[in-house]
Amino acid sequence: MADSVTARTPKRSLKTRAPKQSLGKRILQYKYFYLMVLPVLIWYALFSYAPMYGVTLAFKSFDYSKGILGSPWIGLENFQTLLTDPDFRRAFWNTVIISLMKLITHFPMPIILAIVLYEFSRTKMKRFFQTILTFPHFISWVVLSGIIINILSKDGIYNQIIMLFGGDPNSPLVDESAFRPVLYITHVWREIGWDSIIYLAALAGINPELFEAAEVDGANRFRRLLNIAWPGLKSTVAVLLILQVGQLLTQGSSFEQIFNLYSSPVYSVADTIDTYIYRTSFTIGGDFGYMTAVGVVKSIISLILLWAANSFAKKMGEEGLY
Amino acid sequence: MTDTTVKKRKKWSVFDIVAFVVLGLLALVTFFPFYNVLIISVAKFEAISKSDFYIFPLSFDLSAYKLLLQDMKFWTSILNSVIVTAVGVLFSMTISVAGAYALSKRGMPGRNIMLSLILFTMFFNGGLIPFYLVVKDLGFVNNILVMIIPAGLNTFYLIIMKNYFNTIPESLEESAKLDGANDLYILYKIIIPISAPFMATFALFYAVERWNEWWYALIFISDASKAPLQIYLRETLITSNSLLSQMAQTMAEQEQTGKVYTPALQMAAIVVSSIPIIVVYPFLQKHFNKGIMVGSIKG
Repeated sequence: MADSVTARTPKRSLKTRAPKQSLGKRILQYKYFYLMVLPVLIWYALFSYAPMYGVTLAFKSFDYSKGILGSPWIGLENFQTLLTDPDFRRAFWNTVIISLMKLITHFPMPIILAIVLYEFSRTKMKRFFQTILTFPHFISWVVLSGIIINILSKDGIYNQIIMLFGGDPNSPLVDESAFRPVLYITHVWREIGWDSIIYLAALAGINPELFEAAEVDGANRFRRLLNIAWPGLKSTVAVLLILQVGQLLTQGSSFEQIFNLYSSPVYSVADTIDTYIYRTSFTIGGDFGYMTAVGVVKSIISLILLWAANSFAKKMGEEGLY
Repeated sequence: MTDTTVKKRKKWSVFDIVAFVVLGLLALVTFFPFYNVLIISVAKFEAISKSDFYIFPLSFDLSAYKLLLQDMKFWTSILNSVIVTAVGVLFSMTISVAGAYALSKRGMPGRNIMLSLILFTMFFNGGLIPFYLVVKDLGFVNNILVMIIPAGLNTFYLIIMKNYFNTIPESLEESAKLDGANDLYILYKIIIPISAPFMATFALFYAVERWNEWWYALIFISDASKAPLQIYLRETLITSNSLLSQMAQTMAEQEQTGKVYTPALQMAAIVVSSIPIIVVYPFLQKHFNKGIMVGSIKG
């Protein structure tokens, strides 16, 4: 896993590569580096790995006074409850649908934008467009949701346009059939510019002489795109696709976006596993053991997706993540 | 791309025109909501209540801003966010720069295991409840540090920084070593200074993250005096149950004219809270292309 994301280092000197050094000696030689990496390791131990141990809570009946360790084991009871819980099923399917649809509607967009920007020959204007398109990424979902709610409100600009064309005013944010498209569109709106940067970087890495040679040989823009730009982009696309599929359920159903935009009229189409866990645990006071089990199911599905996407990429002849 | 043409001005090709139109429309769609925010924030109640199509500002009135700036809760939340941002960036940068630099050393025994453990966290976590319980047991409930420490490390940035450090020629460190400097000193005196622009970009990324922080506050902070700006904004913009919006609403309902219109107040809050981001944005923009390029996944 680690090596595919590791950049090639410049050639190492002979000194550090001296073959006869014992492990102990090498560890001693790197003592300051261990000191430097220690805070990071402690951070991951506390905030990533300790909660992973807390996953055992899914097999327990949580007792607040006894904590994670002291709560009694109940085996698979929490998972059995899951199967018959209609709220969980609804949240599960909403998560899957919203995540997949977001992947489909958003993923190609930054790639297309990067290609258009790359081929666009006016350098200064290119920079101007990039500046504008990247901006929303730096504004929080809280603020963006405030803006979106205002635009889509009763007397917001959206309804003014609708009425200008003689339509009836409505609010997509409380409309079950329109809520999800709002999620997809606003997601593209916020991230298209930012996500295109990495593809632009990949395109910039292509040797321009290849393009010139193709031009001399009479290849038109489309052919150059297909035979030079695309092969240069392909591996970046594959890696990002795997990453996104792996994080599909976590990021795809982005808690921040949905939580700030949804309301009870659209829970049936918008309540995802994350919002379900949050709402039930912190506002209704749900059973922590059971809610942990809900989280575990989500994590396991994520891992399976990651594994599937990675094997698929390898079958397609790409490098994959691990 | 390669503008070595002798021609004075490159001609607009058909593609350029199409691209210009497409990009222009996209930019308009991206930009318009923010412009809309600005004009509503200065709109007078009567101008808006006519339900006119307001593409151009129909009135100019700063009373929404005045009301906002009188709200003590607004200032408390700003102060909290300033503290979280300043201390948070210092914390995040210190641990991620040191960590990324160490992890860029290929010869370090155990490095691959550490990297794998770190990457694994991008795909698997314990979920909200175990996380909540662990962080609570560490004493972070209603503690402003929750937005600085548990929130303070971004795995993605850490990896990009590590890849960046890999591109620094090792001969630089070796000559310093011959002069007797240790690795900590080299990082502090040589590596950080030569990578200042790169470091600045990531400090700004972290700053934007901390400024936008609300999730940790939502979960761990119930004490209103410790709430950051984004929680204040959430109350004002989304749940609309803040005292301030209620005040604006009753004022508007009672008098109908010349008073603050709730959306104007909400949009004013957005404008004021976004000023720091707008100020740092040009600096961010200048560097992030390059930053991502050196550190991107392909290395």
